[in-house]
Amino acid sequence: MEVLFESLLLIRWQHIVMWIIGGVLIYLAIKKDMEPTLLLPIGFGAILVNIPMSGAVTQQIGEKFEEGALSVLFDAGISNELFPLILFIGIGAMIDFGPLLANPKLMIFGAAAQFGIFFTLCTASMFFDINDAASIAIIGAADGPTSIVVAQKLGSKYLGAIMVAAYSYMALVPIIQPPVIKLLTTKKERLIRMPYEQKEVSRLTKILFPIVITIIAGVFAPASASLVGFLMFGNLIRECGVLNSLSETAQKVLANLVTIFLGITIASRMQASEFLHPDTLLILALGLVAFIFDTAGGVIFAKILNLFLKKKINPMIGAAGISAFPMSGRIVHKMGREEDPDNFLLMHSIGVNVSGQIASVIAGGLILNFFM
Amino acid sequence: MNFNPSAFISNLRYMGLGMLGIMIVIGIIIIVTVLLTKIGKK
Repeated sequence: MEVLFESLLLIRWQHIVMWIIGGVLIYLAIKKDMEPTLLLPIGFGAILVNIPMSGAVTQQIGEKFEEGALSVLFDAGISNELFPLILFIGIGAMIDFGPLLANPKLMIFGAAAQFGIFFTLCTASMFFDINDAASIAIIGAADGPTSIVVAQKLGSKYLGAIMVAAYSYMALVPIIQPPVIKLLTTKKERLIRMPYEQKEVSRLTKILFPIVITIIAGVFAPASASLVGFLMFGNLIRECGVLNSLSETAQKVLANLVTIFLGITIASRMQASEFLHPDTLLILALGLVAFIFDTAGGVIFAKILNLFLKKKINPMIGAAGISAFPMSGRIVHKMGREEDPDNFLLMHSIGVNVSGQIASVIAGGLILNFFM
Repeated sequence: MNFNPSAFISNLRYMGLGMLGIMIVIGIIIIVTVLLTKIGKK
């Protein structure tokens, strides 16, 4: 009879707090539709791994180690960065670089909007060692797979908290960005119209683009070669025109399958003993700083460019340079229409948003180059 | 966890290097993309 209650007697308040956190993540996923594909598995996993003596994670019983399925999955798919990289094939297959190729200059805003990453790196270094600070800063990439790869390669012990922060803030982009954009722009600036000229992009350009980007990013930031390479491989499958069934599989089946494993496996790093620290709250706060300064970096850069341009840019599109696609691009478009219902910024903001995907991966590669 | 405010200043160089690095790489990508678009039109 005692065996039945053995686990029950081991329940501590920390386990209950983690069940509540798991429950909150599931609630946010289902009720608020916040990144449900990841927050739901992470939430459920957080409950699963915080059951005392849970067989889902590796346990030491006496002198023997009993392997848990989630720990095995972690070693097989996350500690070697396999899951996030495979997910990148799916993401690459989903992205249409057309709006960006039609106006390549927009890519500069994707670069400017990575400012939050480097600002947060300096801020986090006041509290954490430099490798952990860099891993926390990359939350600002607004890009889950890049965050996992960087945190894992730099050996951060805060992977669970970093992932929860990265995916939660991505879901909160519609709440975080508008006040920052409004604070940094005047009504006159938000009313600036940017006419869109429809430009045809040839199939050859769309095919060459992922190959050339992989070479350039790989040469200048070799650590980003796998990240950029997998993203661009997915895009090449999409654009080549002869692998439609592979492209569809990558976009749907492959991406969904990896997402299921990724979310629940990340939760193996959310055991109470590792997660319930004041550090976790600080990481959540620093993640918010990264998102705010990314947004500010993009907007301020656009305002600086406007000082030199005859044809002014609506500085709001700079905010779309973060990697949260397509939310960020849509938010900027929506804010433009709130000021002027006839202002149509969508194609510009989506172009900038797509460039944010490339820039965030390169920023991750640069961070790895600095600290690996 | 220690609070070390001077680390902010000493790591500012990474901010400079990072932003410079990303601007250079993206700048090269922009130039190559413009060239690719021209090749594609031909």
